[in-house]
Amino acid sequence: MKVLVPVKRVIDYNVKVRVKADGSGVDLANVKMSMNPFDEISVEAAIRMKEAGIATEVVVVSVGDKKSVETLRTALAMGADRGIMVEAPEATEIEPLAVAKILKAVVNEEQPQLVIAGKQAIDNDMNATGQMLAALLGWGQATFASALEIADGKAQVVREVDGGLQKIEVALPAIVTTDLRLNEPRYASLPNIMKAKKKPVAEKTAADYGVDTTPRLKVVATEEPAGRAAGIKVGSVGELVEKLKERALV
Amino acid sequence: MSVLLLAEVAGGALALDATAKSASAASALGPVTVLVCGPAEAAAAAAGIAGIDKVLHCADDSVANGLAENLSALILQLAGGVTHIVAPATNSGKNVLPRVAALLDAMVITDVIEVLDANTFKRPIYAGNAIQTVQSQDAVKVLSIRTAAFEAAATGNAAPVETVTLSDAPALSAHLEDMVVKSDRPELSSAKVVVSGGRGVGSEADFALISGLADKLGAAVGASRAAVDSGFAANDLQVGQTGKVVAPDLYVAVGISGAIQHLAGMKDSKVIVAINKDEEAPIFQVADYGLVADLFDAVPELTGTL
Repeated sequence: MKVLVPVKRVIDYNVKVRVKADGSGVDLANVKMSMNPFDEISVEAAIRMKEAGIATEVVVVSVGDKKSVETLRTALAMGADRGIMVEAPEATEIEPLAVAKILKAVVNEEQPQLVIAGKQAIDNDMNATGQMLAALLGWGQATFASALEIADGKAQVVREVDGGLQKIEVALPAIVTTDLRLNEPRYASLPNIMKAKKKPVAEKTAADYGVDTTPRLKVVATEEPAGRAAGIKVGSVGELVEKLKERALV
Repeated sequence: MSVLLLAEVAGGALALDATAKSASAASALGPVTVLVCGPAEAAAAAAGIAGIDKVLHCADDSVANGLAENLSALILQLAGGVTHIVAPATNSGKNVLPRVAALLDAMVITDVIEVLDANTFKRPIYAGNAIQTVQSQDAVKVLSIRTAAFEAAATGNAAPVETVTLSDAPALSAHLEDMVVKSDRPELSSAKVVVSGGRGVGSEADFALISGLADKLGAAVGASRAAVDSGFAANDLQVGQTGKVVAPDLYVAVGISGAIQHLAGMKDSKVIVAINKDEEAPIFQVADYGLVADLFDAVPELTGTL
C-alpha cells in the first residue's frame, strides 16, 4: 500500500510573527521556516506504517514556492521514499482549496490507498486541506487522529473530539488528518540527511495539473490584534484573593 | 440572503452556548435556519434561540455521530438557495465545513471573529498574532464561527421545527464508539471560569492540584499544549492555537510559561491570573494579576483560602 503525505513549509512555530507596517501581510523575510508540526506527525505515522510492513512506499508532496523542497528533504531524511515538489505561483497566498485540487491530481497519478495530512498548518490556521481533498476525491475522512490502525481494507481511527475521543472506521482509500497525540516525530540522523539528498524529487508546477491557484478570498487587510496591557504583580495569595474579590470574580 | 446554521450537538444534547453564539454571528447575514442532527429535545432547544426562523431536525442514525461524509451530504441537500452555511468552529464544525465548501467549489472561511458584511469577515492567522480581513468571491460562503468572539443570542423563541431525512448517505465511514469523559465540571469552551495547568505542574498526579482549584471555583479545567504533550492532561482540555479558544470572565494560568500558541487560545479572557515561579515568564505580559510563586505552595493556599 502506498501512502501519500502532503507537507507544508511554514514559519517555525517558535517565531513570533510581525505584521507588516503597511498592513499588506506578515513579515516573512529572514524568518526561520520549518515543516508544519502536524505534517511532521503525518510523516512519522507513514514511516511507522512502512516499518511495520503495512505501507510499501511513502511519497511526500509539497505545494508552494521553490524553497519547499527543503521541507521535502526533511521528510525524506526522516524516512520517506521520494518527493513531489509542486511549484505554485504566489506561494504564500495559495489556499487550501487550490492545494486540495492539486493534491487530487497527484492522488490520481500516484494512486495511494491512504493520504495522511496534518490537521492544520500553523500559518493560516485554516484546518481545511484534508477535508477538502477527501470531498474532491469522494473519499472518506478521519480527521484529528490520535490513533490509527489499518486492517482489512479499512482504517480504524481514534479521533480527538470535543469532550473526549471518538473511534470510527473508514473504508480505504481514505484521508486521515493528524492531531498532536498520534506520535512523537523522530529527528533525522546525519547519515539519513545525507542519504535524503540522493532520494528522487519530481519537479512539477500547478499548471502541469491544470489547477487555477487564484485565491478565492481577497485579503483586504492584515492587522495586529488588539494588544493586552500587562497588569500588576501581587505579592501573596492573600492579596490575589483580595483583588479578585474586589472585582467580584470569586 | 439566507443562512443555514449547523447546530452543535454533543452527548445527545444541544450545545446551547456554541449554537447561540454562532446564531448571533449568523443573524447578521440574513434569516437563519438551524439544522439539528440529534434527538428531538435538541431540536426543541434550538427552536428557543432568539432570531431563528426555522429548525430543520434530522434524527437519522447516519448523521447522529457527525460523520463528515453523511453530514455534508445532508447539508448540501438542504442548502438550495442558501447564501451562507455556518457552524461553530468546534471539532465537529471543523470536521465537516471544509468538506461542504469543497463540494460547493468554495473556499471555507474558518474561525470568523467578526462579520463586517455579507462577504467580508475577520479571522485570526498565525495563532492570533495577526488578524486578517478577507472578502469572499464565492457564491455560497461557508463559515465557521469562533464562538468566544460573539455574545450568545437570547432564548425564549419558539421557531417552527420541520423534520428532514438524508436521502442518500455515502456511507464511507462508520461510527464505532465514543470515549467521552464524563465530568460534572462546566464545559471548557463556554465556562465562565477556567483554571489551566502547564508543564510546571510536573505530572499527571499533580494535575489534581489544578482540578482541586477548579472545583473550588466552579471552573472548567484547561491545559497548555506542553502539559498535553507531557501526558499530564487529555488533549480535549488543550487551550491554544491547536486546541480550544476560550474567553472566560476569569482565566487562571498555573505553571504556564505563556508560549505564543497558548496565548492564542486565552488572551481574550476578561481577567487573567498567572501563577508561575519564573518572573520572566511571558504569561505575565498578558496577566492582569501575576503571582510569582511556587505553584505547589500557592495553589493549595489559594484553594484553601477561597
